[in-house]
Amino acid sequence: MTAVSMLLVSLGVFFLVAGAVGLIRFPDFYTRMHAAGKCDTLGSLLVLTGLAVHQGLDLASVKLIIVAVLIFVTSPTATHAIARAATRNQVPWWTREGSR
Amino acid sequence: MSPAFLLGTALAILFAVSLSLYRVLRGPTIIDRLVGVNVIGTKTITVIVLTGFLFERPEFFIDIAFLYALINFIGALALSRYFERKGVEHGAAR
Repeated sequence: MTAVSMLLVSLGVFFLVAGAVGLIRFPDFYTRMHAAGKCDTLGSLLVLTGLAVHQGLDLASVKLIIVAVLIFVTSPTATHAIARAATRNQVPWWTREGSR
Repeated sequence: MSPAFLLGTALAILFAVSLSLYRVLRGPTIIDRLVGVNVIGTKTITVIVLTGFLFERPEFFIDIAFLYALINFIGALALSRYFERKGVEHGAAR
């Protein structure tokens, strides 16, 4: 049980750090959104699920699952709202130099 | 799960938060900063839950994390709607 939860938490931390690196390294707004939205949702979901597996079945783990479901619903919604605000205001896309 | 593992996990997530803070401080457009703030908020939720497990009273800290998730969501929605209406100034793409 402990090994499974440690594996889940470590995977989640890997996804969170990878998302942060993508947030720094990608060249324009939409690619940064791509890194930030998905990696962040999956990473926090994995960390919270790993801690719930470690806790066993009681009130705290049920609350953890509720928080995980809340993040699973709200984080893509917030990402979509931000991306829609950028698209409506025509934030420019990244293109390779010389391709246009 | 040992306290050292929990502490290392929390420190790794805080390192990722400091990486995202770069994008908040130096984003070219206002909406890049908004993405950075949203990412930092999501990472903060996991750090709060890890702190609860580190102090061995997870129930209270999970409630705080739940509230933080709600506030983060409402804030991101409100700010994105505001900037959708108001307009985003954008200069160079990088």
